[in-house]
Amino acid sequence: MKLEDLRKMVEKMPGEELPEGGARYTVVVGMGTCGIAAGAREVLAAIIDELEGLGITDVIVTQCGCRGLCEREPLVAVTAADGEELVYADMTPERAREVVASHVGRDEPVGAYTLDAGELP
Amino acid sequence: MEELSLHILDIAMNSIRAGATEIAVEVTEDRARNLLAFAVRDNGCGMTEEQLAQIHDPFFTTRDTRRVGLGIPLLKQTAEQAGGGLAVTSSPGQGTAVEARFELDHVDRPPLGDIAATVWTLVVTNADVEFEYRHTIDGACFEVGTAELKQTLATRSLGKPRVAGALLKYLRERERRLAEGRDAS
Ligand SMILES: Nc1ncnc2c1ncn2[C@@H]1O[C@H](COP(=O)(O)OP(=O)(O)OP(=O)(O)O)[C@@H](O)[C@H]1O
Ligand code: FES
Ligand SMILES: [Mg+2]
Repeated sequence: MKLEDLRKMVEKMPGEELPEGGARYTVVVGMGTCGIAAGAREVLAAIIDELEGLGITDVIVTQCGCRGLCEREPLVAVTAADGEELVYADMTPERAREVVASHVGRDEPVGAYTLDAGELP
Repeated sequence: MEELSLHILDIAMNSIRAGATEIAVEVTEDRARNLLAFAVRDNGCGMTEEQLAQIHDPFFTTRDTRRVGLGIPLLKQTAEQAGGGLAVTSSPGQGTAVEARFELDHVDRPPLGDIAATVWTLVVTNADVEFEYRHTIDGACFEVGTAELKQTLATRSLGKPRVAGALLKYLRERERRLAEGRDAS
């Protein structure tokens, strides 16, 4: 694949401008040292692949550093447009796909993986 | 960490935390010199001589979420166990360079691993940072930069899911071709 082929691939894609009010959700993957060692990179790849597969484009995916809860990494935070944040712990690529499909896709948080308030330092 | 590419991601995350707006990642494999080396160079806040002197100490960190910094001591240990070493140079307000060297054929050298995924992770999650990446294997080279990518793809953000998906495929294929020795450009 040449850079030119990549350009052609992207050119065929429908526009992906964020809606007026900004992103519907922001998904943040913890990329501190222990997050990375625990598989955050693969979790991120699964999240973006799942979003792409579901055709979801009104979401921002980004990273943050360490949140100080190394033993529960990888951590993924999902924040709604109104600022409400839920943090998911012990993520794997499979679980992250579930979170994307349910929480981001259908607005149904996945209670099984969320951290309780107070668990974050 | 099981892959050197994960160390590279971790070291580049230090650069992001240091407020860098430009980061260069370079990986060199040279069979004739039995060398694998990588360097991460940034234009972030840099470190004072005093900070630099402490950087190999796991109890030194400027983070506030945890009292030990592990990234650099871990990488130093890995490099030294594989017949190489780590060099960090920095000046306040200018930036930092972290260079790691390994004996290519050392039994304790972790594999480079999925370097395409590391570069991709940096690029798609840090829209405001410009990256330059160069990977050389025995003289053959693959180079890519976010400025060129954004211009060619006519987008300001490489992190949109569909663009990001296509970009990962591109990086993986270019890395595969480079490793197979089929990449001339
Ligand atoms: N590129 C850089 N620019 C400026 N300062 C840096 C850079 N890299 C490291 N440092 C300084 O060195 C310290 C130690 O880095 P190290 O990666 O070992 O630990 P950490 O990033 O603090 O924590 P961890 O990597 O375990 O998540 C950092 O806290 C920071 O103060
Ligand atoms: S990297 Fe240590 S808690 Fe996130
Ligand atoms: Mg670090």
